[in-house]
Amino acid sequence: MATIVERTGRVRTRTASPAGRGVVGTLLLYALLLILSVIVLAPLLWMLSTSFKTTGDATALPPQWVPPEPTAEGYRTLFADAQAPLLRWFGNSVLVGVLHTLLVLATAAAAAYPLARMRFPGRRVVFAVIVATLFVPGFVFLMPNYLIVDGLGWLDTVWALVIPGAASAFGVFFLCQFFASIPGALEEAALLDGANRWQIFVRVVLPLSKAPLATLGVLTFLSSWNDFLWPLYVLFNPSQLTLPAGLATLRGAYATDFPAIMAGAAVASVPVLVLFAFVQRYVIAGVARSGLKG
Amino acid sequence: MTTVSATGTARREQPAPAVHVASPDLRRRVRSPHRPRWWTPYVFLAPFLLIFGTFVLVPALSGVWMSLHNWDFFLPDHPFVGLQNYVDLFTPGALVAQQFWESMRATGIFVLLSVPLLMAIPLALALLLNQRFRGRTFFRAVFFAPYVLGVSVVGLLWQYLLNGNTGLINGYLAELGVTEAVPWLTATPWVWVSLVGVTVWWTMGFNSVVYLAGLQSVDEALYDAAKVDGAGRWARLWHVTLPQLRPVILFVLTMTVLASANMFGQSYLLTGGNPSNETRTAIMFIAEVGLEQFRMGLAAAMSYLLALLLIVISALNFLFLRQKES
Repeated sequence: MATIVERTGRVRTRTASPAGRGVVGTLLLYALLLILSVIVLAPLLWMLSTSFKTTGDATALPPQWVPPEPTAEGYRTLFADAQAPLLRWFGNSVLVGVLHTLLVLATAAAAAYPLARMRFPGRRVVFAVIVATLFVPGFVFLMPNYLIVDGLGWLDTVWALVIPGAASAFGVFFLCQFFASIPGALEEAALLDGANRWQIFVRVVLPLSKAPLATLGVLTFLSSWNDFLWPLYVLFNPSQLTLPAGLATLRGAYATDFPAIMAGAAVASVPVLVLFAFVQRYVIAGVARSGLKG
Repeated sequence: MTTVSATGTARREQPAPAVHVASPDLRRRVRSPHRPRWWTPYVFLAPFLLIFGTFVLVPALSGVWMSLHNWDFFLPDHPFVGLQNYVDLFTPGALVAQQFWESMRATGIFVLLSVPLLMAIPLALALLLNQRFRGRTFFRAVFFAPYVLGVSVVGLLWQYLLNGNTGLINGYLAELGVTEAVPWLTATPWVWVSLVGVTVWWTMGFNSVVYLAGLQSVDEALYDAAKVDGAGRWARLWHVTLPQLRPVILFVLTMTVLASANMFGQSYLLTGGNPSNETRTAIMFIAEVGLEQFRMGLAAAMSYLLALLLIVISALNFLFLRQKES
């Protein structure tokens, strides 16, 4: 499908030029895009370049884009540091992100289904309370949740990151809107075939909801992956940290050893960027759909 | 865990209709063979409500309770102090009041400076990306890329690039003949330029993608009609695109105001709240008081004040744009 779209697009631009821009317009467009791309990409290239420099070259003037004496010293320093188990942090972040996202999807979808498609006492109240919390900023829960997580013995464990934020009011609201749009006839047909509610949910509703579930999954994973404040305060042991909380400790530990710091940043970002390059279509489609609810 | 138990109930439910087929209420059964048990919806809701109750409803109320106490994490007693925590925050001479409002000011400055840019630049970028050209998907991905890095990588990277003595930015400025090093991370107003600039660099792709989806759902016929009426490029932008985008703009605005008001990581990593706490945001101060000094009652009181303010702003936002619409 993508090729067809691209081809029709190309044919149209060649024949009719619907955007009404001439050669000059096209050149200007590309020039602008190129400048913006440099602004976005140059810092990332600089990060990679510095991670292979000596500490002296990292701050040399004029700036050197190609390391004059390439070295992996920054990486070696970092990987030898028991206080900075980078790969462990990476693994923790992936684990937390995956578990948290699965939990959000499961609980939000299961909750949204009866709210959207069943009548029962208390439905309106439950829905109203969930929607009301959409307008309460998350930091309000910071102090009490710290105490609750401490009470459960979850401080310094992955559970502190996986579970407390998993009741996604946004997720329920977002999925409700989609579930409500599924034609009732499908459900009635399944009911007549002898399916019960759980079977309908799993075999009819969920397969029809792949797109909104993917959207919610992408948004949830991104926010878990980027979560900074909460892990910074509920995790202590270097081996327990997630990537954002762990990387923050490098700034103090390595101060001006920029090759080491940039090596840390590179290890944290290169796999993510490579993965993003492969799945960007889905990530961007997910984010794009988040705004189209109103 | 919860899924397993739900499957269990589902299995038990299955043979039920066969038993009931012979029963007198056959007619009703035929119309709806699987009239759900009264508790079916609650079973579906249970896992969500369990987490929601424990980590959203209980804390929303216990937070208020905490804010009425002198609640120190490490002390056994948490004496009730009534509204004293709130009163302290409004006592002109008190140190904590002074620090709190200074942090609110920092958050306010950041919101005022960053939100217009985070609304306008991504919109321009989205309009650019909404043109037909080869490589559109590629550029869209490039502009979105910084967002997936997260605030910690972004913070580490830019505190190096913006370093006053050895950073790349000042390095190039020196090449261009700027003899005096710009204190990007250590003096106002430069700290604000840095914090806002880095935030724009980091999140502009996200907002653009949301705008872009809105732009693509604008009905082409409206543009054709406008063209027939002789509307130029700008007229079409002003009279077709922007009005059609209003719901998306409202969504992006609300989201961006909230995100900027929640700003923490950028200040924490880039300026450390300096110079002399001028860029210490409200969230940063709340975290410091509550989770470093463990004066949690006071911190809870501060978070309620900030939340109240944000809710009022969001509501005004909403009403204002609604009114314009009608």
